[in-house]
Amino acid sequence: MTGIAAWWSNIAAQFTVAFIVKDRWKYIVTGLRNTLIVTLGAVLLGIALGAVIALVRSSWDRTHDDMRPGFSKACLGVANWLSKLYLTLIRGTPVVVQIMILFFVIMANSNNKILTGIIAFGLNSAAYVAEIIRSGIMSIDIGQTEAGRSLGFNYTQTMSFVVLPQAFKNVLPALANEFISLLKETAVAGYVGLTDLTRAAGIIRGVTYQSFMPLIGIAIIYLVLVIFFSWLIGKLERRLRNSDH
Amino acid sequence: MTTDTLIEVKGLQKHFKGGDIKALNGVDVSIARGEVMVIIGPSGSGKSTFLRCLNLLEKPTGGTILVDGADITDPKADINRYRQHMGMVFQHFNLFPHMTVLRNMTLAPMKLLGKSRAEAEEKAMALLERVGLADRAGAYPHQLSGGQQQRIAIIRALCMEPEVMLFDEPTSALDPEMVGEVLEVMKALARDGMTMACVTHEMGFAREVANHVVFMDEGKIVEQGTPSDIFDHPQSERLRSFLAKIL
Repeated sequence: MTGIAAWWSNIAAQFTVAFIVKDRWKYIVTGLRNTLIVTLGAVLLGIALGAVIALVRSSWDRTHDDMRPGFSKACLGVANWLSKLYLTLIRGTPVVVQIMILFFVIMANSNNKILTGIIAFGLNSAAYVAEIIRSGIMSIDIGQTEAGRSLGFNYTQTMSFVVLPQAFKNVLPALANEFISLLKETAVAGYVGLTDLTRAAGIIRGVTYQSFMPLIGIAIIYLVLVIFFSWLIGKLERRLRNSDH
Repeated sequence: MTTDTLIEVKGLQKHFKGGDIKALNGVDVSIARGEVMVIIGPSGSGKSTFLRCLNLLEKPTGGTILVDGADITDPKADINRYRQHMGMVFQHFNLFPHMTVLRNMTLAPMKLLGKSRAEAEEKAMALLERVGLADRAGAYPHQLSGGQQQRIAIIRALCMEPEVMLFDEPTSALDPEMVGEVLEVMKALARDGMTMACVTHEMGFAREVANHVVFMDEGKIVEQGTPSDIFDHPQSERLRSFLAKIL
């Protein structure tokens, strides 16, 4: 009994030092807030930019054989080439290198770390989201496009009424996975001095010379976040399935 | 009855990229208003390619297609407008799986013809009534049999009030017991005077409903005429051997 009691009072003492003394829990709250803001902002930017890249890539793949040479074909060709270059650069370098380049080279004059973080992780996520959405578009039978076109819809209408709603539903699990990866990837934001959840733990470690409590603490917070978002996404998926099957 | 030409095809060519063979090698044919044209031929003869060229789902590499005298292969032609008046039915139905039957039928009329939801739904329900599927208006395509899906696909095209209907092997993907119900809808459509072009292996249908039968082989029209010309008095050796194999 005394062993457990001693262990428990030790844990309680560590907890007090790590989070209660001098209101150190405020670091965690700030870090959590920043982690969530950066993740949500980055996922929105990633989906928006990723969708554009996916549309460029799949439109090119599906239509360039049939397009007449001219201005629009040339534009789409250039856009497709740029998209491929972008995917190669982003997927070919580590995210932590990208975020440092953005902070210390490209946006070195910016003081808004949160915004810079959103842009850095958003640009990174876009490359992965683009390939997810493109695979979703390509997974829709070509007959669906033909049926849409045969009714008289143009390419854009066919995509928005027929192909994309089906593609989105197919890729939702993969997009959810990307969101959860992104949430955890933001842990490298501390490299550029952005106080995210991981850096908050680092600060507490620095001032208390204790590692156990802050690190286990944030691990639990990440885990709870991931479980919560997985549950939320599962609910959304079930709702989409019910609404059309 | 005067022959009023609706579609005039001249010297149609289709050469697929990367292939040496010409899928279509100079097809000339005209389709009169109110005519039911059936296209038959061995697989690989170009009959589906020909049909798909008529609404430019395949882009011809040569020749012209005149619809009501206007050349739809002209780069400046607004193909989306022409397609609104040319219904197409596919082998695999291609209903939109994420929409109810009713929504499948009202989407295009509402978005393209500017019909109100009430107008579009009234028209759709009348057509569903005609094919005996009014009770399935709220169902999703995967809840229907193949025969039901194909009947819906036909009337989905009819919702756009087309001038001509193109059928690309509409019964080939169906279980045998469902072929009849689809052919019935097509026969009723023919009786109502719809202009139709149909690629099919249903020789009974061709004989009974067509006024114009076209036999294609190797990207060309080998023979064409009335059902009696084609089935009872075939001229060419190729048609005779084709008929011998399938009849």
